[in-house]
Amino acid sequence: MGFKRKDLLGTRDLSAVEIRTLLESAESFKEIAERPLKKVPALRGKTVVNLFFEPSTRTRTSFEIAAKRLSADAVNMSAATSSVVKGESLIDTVDNIQAMAPDIVVIRHRYVGAAHLIAGRIGASVINAGDGANEHPTQALLDLLTIAEHKKLEPGLTVAIIGDIAHSRVARSNIWALTTLGVTVKVCAPPTMLPRGLEEIAEICVCRRPEEALVGADVVMMLRIQLERQDRLLFPSIRDYARIFGLNRRRLELARPDAIVMHPGPMNRGVEITSEVADGERSVILNQVSNGVALRMAVLFFLGGQGA
Amino acid sequence: MSEKLFSLLLKNGRLIDAGQNLDGNFDIFLVDGKVRELAPTLSVTVDQVIDLKGLWVLPGAIDLHVHLREPGFEYKETILSGARAAVAGGFTSVACMANTNPVNDSATVTRFILEQARSAPAKVLPIAAISQGMQGEILVEMGDLVEAGAVAFSDDGKTVPNSKLLRHAMEYSSLFEKPLFCHCQDNALFADGLVHEGVISAAHGLAGIPPLAEEIDIARTIMLAEYLKVPVHICHLSTRGGVELVKAAKARGVRVTAEATPHHLFLDERAVVDLEYREALDENLKPSMLCYNTNTKMSPPLRSAEDVAALRQALAEGTIDAIATDHAPHEATEKAVEYGLAPFGVVGLETALSLALRLVQEGVLTPLQLVARMSSAPAEILGLKDRGSLAPGMAADLMIVDPEREWVVDPGKFYSLARNTPFAGWCLKGQVVKTIVDGQIVFSL
Amino acid sequence: MSQIVENKICDSQEMGLILARIAEEIVARNQGHQKLALVGILTRGVCLARRLQRIIKDRSGRELPLGILDITLYRDDLSHATHHPVLRKTEIPFSLDDATVILVDDVLYTGRTVRSAMDGLIDFGRPQSIQLAVLVDRGCRELPIAADYVGIEVPASPQDRVMVRVEESDGFDLVTVNPRSSFEGESANGI
Repeated sequence: MGFKRKDLLGTRDLSAVEIRTLLESAESFKEIAERPLKKVPALRGKTVVNLFFEPSTRTRTSFEIAAKRLSADAVNMSAATSSVVKGESLIDTVDNIQAMAPDIVVIRHRYVGAAHLIAGRIGASVINAGDGANEHPTQALLDLLTIAEHKKLEPGLTVAIIGDIAHSRVARSNIWALTTLGVTVKVCAPPTMLPRGLEEIAEICVCRRPEEALVGADVVMMLRIQLERQDRLLFPSIRDYARIFGLNRRRLELARPDAIVMHPGPMNRGVEITSEVADGERSVILNQVSNGVALRMAVLFFLGGQGA
Repeated sequence: MSEKLFSLLLKNGRLIDAGQNLDGNFDIFLVDGKVRELAPTLSVTVDQVIDLKGLWVLPGAIDLHVHLREPGFEYKETILSGARAAVAGGFTSVACMANTNPVNDSATVTRFILEQARSAPAKVLPIAAISQGMQGEILVEMGDLVEAGAVAFSDDGKTVPNSKLLRHAMEYSSLFEKPLFCHCQDNALFADGLVHEGVISAAHGLAGIPPLAEEIDIARTIMLAEYLKVPVHICHLSTRGGVELVKAAKARGVRVTAEATPHHLFLDERAVVDLEYREALDENLKPSMLCYNTNTKMSPPLRSAEDVAALRQALAEGTIDAIATDHAPHEATEKAVEYGLAPFGVVGLETALSLALRLVQEGVLTPLQLVARMSSAPAEILGLKDRGSLAPGMAADLMIVDPEREWVVDPGKFYSLARNTPFAGWCLKGQVVKTIVDGQIVFSL
Repeated sequence: MSQIVENKICDSQEMGLILARIAEEIVARNQGHQKLALVGILTRGVCLARRLQRIIKDRSGRELPLGILDITLYRDDLSHATHHPVLRKTEIPFSLDDATVILVDDVLYTGRTVRSAMDGLIDFGRPQSIQLAVLVDRGCRELPIAADYVGIEVPASPQDRVMVRVEESDGFDLVTVNPRSSFEGESANGI
């Protein structure tokens, strides 16, 4: 029972029990955000290093707030200020950090497997805050926490994930976590952004058009289109993408009447989602952000509570 | 090599020689670096007699494809360390690729390599580049290079994207009867790929390298060779589609030959995230270290299980002529990085023969076919008339193998300077116990 | 089961009487306090606090607000916990500022739970005072903490096992004390 890992590297190998344990604990941590004094001493004396090799204000801040609300000492290292720019290898950077005896290292890196590389090398717990297009487990878990506020996370629920699946760690982590809980997942991407062979490895339904994915969906999860990938010949223009794949009010009507709309942020308004939908009553995008802190507190608590 | 006529008698070994189609117990009499006589029983007076009861005697393996890194990358490997690794793996001749620094695109570099190789235990055969600096723009001085000792031409590591240049390289090299070794890769489709485009790339978000990236270029290369009626050799075939292209071309009479590496014959894409031989590995390795192991990163990448099966079948039926290692040494720190940053390539000289023996144990190859793929066919592809067989008069280049000896691959014990093998921890049966080059024992276990 | 019956300290009926007495004492001592509240420590402390709330309402008509406190995040032995703690939700739906809080738990032992609970309470506001009500005081304190309202005093050694069962979570009311050896494997009640 429970969650007894040293690291959280992905959702791919998490069991349903582990996922539910984290979600239930996160549920309890939500309450702390409503207190006048938003701090508990659970991780007092523990050190959390946020090691971000990719810019990410939002995830880093979320981890930092989560750590501080648990009374841990949170230290931020970003690539721009670290020795990485001086050509130091990841192993050397990590060995140096290990020498300072942190309890938890949160890492964001542009290459797949960077968190795994570190986890195999250091004694501290490692949380993967995004490795390339592979995994971003805390994002998926906070998405599940948000879904659970409105829907029952169980077989029978249908989640549509629409956007650049191929390059999305958010999509992958969500696919693993949702399918582990028996939720029906429909994905839709431009054919240039759909990884070949995805149906072979995950029990998901791949839809050609967003309309197909939206029909009957209880949850609509839009992915960020990375505009900087424009030079990669993946789609002809932002305008074309928005017309065919963007979520607008008319398309949203295809989903269940009580469907909720999610986006991991940051949004490209008017591209993958219209402002009308993003700010509409069915949008739970800001709840995702609040839940991110509670979920990350739960993860830090479970990993940080086991040091000797 | 020796100052006096050194003679050696190998008694009671099982000689397996595809060149003469022999497989049986023979005594072998070696004098002055050459094979003098073979017979079921020989009694002659010699300097040394070795009893090989229970052991196999095979013509020395010839590796069509190694990277010895010298000049320029001596921290990864040197000609001497690479040659030591070669003889430890039963290779008596190795053909080394041109992607050194400077590139082997001039007679000076070729002569330097041969000069360095004089003290090496194996015979080193320099392959010169096709284009100057491997830039794919201007042909190298092929005549000069052949005179200096180049045995073939290759821009291996890169394709020759300009079809007109490739055509002229094929035409011009045919003048010297030296083959072109083609690394086939469509650069645009390969892009920044890291692993085979398949279930692993899809599941783990690793940029995929489609089989097409290889096959389109193999097709182009074969079409040029067919049109020009010249021989061409395809390096490291890795896909079923590539096999089919080569097979069809051979059936049409195109003079195309092909090689496959041991790693493509034994590992598929799943090794990238979960080395299947996990249980054999050091138990101190944590699971996360088995995930995204950079010793599974090479170009072409480890393909699907279906591709592996196709390669094995093609090797058995002869569509693939040779096993070549694509021995690509890298220093440990170069591989101890993020998967996406690691250089492509793995070492192979010290594991290839035992892995080939495993193909025999698994029923993929007969012992005679093994010798054909590792010795006689490579000799023929390079036009080496004095080796690839142990017929009387041939060079006394051979290996002695204990087919029953079991060993565990321990990169720490490699003669190569590099340790980047995906086979660490594998338990293999059959090992080289002695290697003889020009009648001299250059390696003993 | 026979062992539990043999070492019975109090049963359902006796427990009812004890809680009634505590309720009476609470009301008597806090006559003038307008902001009086009950806070139960999860799990059995909450059950007992609910019963006290009901008794006080029945007897005196005063309806006291009830809070629920999970002390997991305030424990000083988090790193040593052999099993992973289950985290439950704290609910204090009223202001603690200037309130008189009656903290309710089942067993008072080392005092560490109470210390954690006070840390937790103070994070929610500045109570005018905190009083402690426990069903059983088994002694062996490790911190300078004493209860204001005690149901039963059961002098027990650290090797003994004091167990409180309440109908809401266990199906029946019962307090027992047993030598640890007869209860291998069960988790301790109270820290």
